[in-house]
Amino acid sequence: MHEMSLAEGIRTIVEEAAQAEGFGKVNAVVLEVGELAAVELESLRFCFEVVMQGTLAEGAALTVERVAGVGWCMSCGESVPIKALYDPCPKCGSYQVQPTDGTQMRVKALDVDGAVERAE
Amino acid sequence: MCTVCGCGVGEVTIGRSAATPRRSDAPTRGWKPVAAHAHAPDHAPPAEAPEAAETMDFGSGPARAHAPGLSQHEMLRIERDILGKNDGFAAANRRWLAERGIFALNLVSSPGSGKTTLLCKTIEALRGRVPVAVIEGDQQTECDAERIRATGAPALQINTGKGCHLDAAMVAQALGRLDLSGGSVLMVENVGNLVCPAAFDLGEAHKVVILSVTEGEDKPLKYPDMFAAADVMLLNKVDLLPHLAFDADKAVAFARRINPRLTVFRVSATTGEGFDDWLGWIDAARAPMAREA
Ligand SMILES: Nc1nc2c(ncn2[C@@H]2O[C@H](COP(=O)(O)OP(=O)(O)O)[C@@H](O)[C@H]2O)c(=O)[nH]1
Ligand SMILES: [Mg+2]
Ligand SMILES: [Zn+2]
Ligand SMILES: [Zn+2]
Repeated sequence: MHEMSLAEGIRTIVEEAAQAEGFGKVNAVVLEVGELAAVELESLRFCFEVVMQGTLAEGAALTVERVAGVGWCMSCGESVPIKALYDPCPKCGSYQVQPTDGTQMRVKALDVDGAVERAE
Repeated sequence: MCTVCGCGVGEVTIGRSAATPRRSDAPTRGWKPVAAHAHAPDHAPPAEAPEAAETMDFGSGPARAHAPGLSQHEMLRIERDILGKNDGFAAANRRWLAERGIFALNLVSSPGSGKTTLLCKTIEALRGRVPVAVIEGDQQTECDAERIRATGAPALQINTGKGCHLDAAMVAQALGRLDLSGGSVLMVENVGNLVCPAAFDLGEAHKVVILSVTEGEDKPLKYPDMFAAADVMLLNKVDLLPHLAFDADKAVAFARRINPRLTVFRVSATTGEGFDDWLGWIDAARAPMAREA
């Protein structure tokens, strides 16, 4: 997984939100990252710091909310918790498990300084 | 930076422990909906959100009440996929290709699995039947594009520098520069890397993963994302099997454990073994696209 590109993706999202919302500074970026998402968080934190330099999110904290992995086991016919993609079903051992939650990588929210008044 | 290939900026850090997330002590003022798509920089938000627009307009959120001059923490709800931008470009590429009946394949593998050799052989085999063009992705050099051009097919090289994968925006630019004819086949050779390209949709019809018999049988288990993302696996260099301890059945079984729907062809890009099936698959898979265009 390419953490540098992901960090750049976050920067674009932040810049577009700033453009539209006119906030002055970003204090924290809140991500929602599923436990099944293909991303190295350590590496992403490093890239985030580098990529945000010189932007209004320079020095911003990166808060990561994890979402547990869930899959649908075809053999059991029910949702089962899964720790990693392509792991067998914890109940029956089948590999026919389709991930249904925990693969997301989203920017959920921004903690910003709303110093700029927006004309309504 | 990419932990697999060390791509990206700066030096590789080893054993760098994760920074504990600083908790925001800011008082939050409730969630505020923000647009799923931001407006282009020079676009003012429309006064009224258009009826059928897939965008939630920023302007529709509740007005803010700030004490003038006072800087306040505010929580903006964003809810946007980090790869959303790439996926948008990919969707546009896919539409563009479909309108022209162009069948695009995204070839992915470790470096040296034989992507370029396979491409050259495939182009030769399709000569006179269907025009083929190639987009070549490498970190550096024009070498592979030159190898393709030697077959007579047009090829455009994208050098990604430190980047370890092609993205859909790069391909969008390449599409504009290649003179592609309707109903043709476009082969994209991705940067040699079994990890990063899995996450970046380019707008292709199918990802084709190449595994060569000089690699380990367990590669599909070690790099599952790529085998899960692909529709076809070419097990290449089968001409070397007599000289190796590689267990082809085991490799295929591992790949199918990750992706039960995977179509597998055992081929040799040097001898042409297995190419009838591979070319047959291309013909069958592109037929509906070429018809609709
Ligand atoms: N024996 C054998 N060698 C191959 C085959 N396909 C590719 N090669 C060799 O593998 C090396 C790497 O091939 P190349 O096409 O450059 O791989 P790429 O990095 O995936 O584009 C070259 O020396 C090729 O000649 C094959 O089917 N059999
Ligand atoms: Mg090559
Ligand atoms: Zn089960
Ligand atoms: Zn990478």
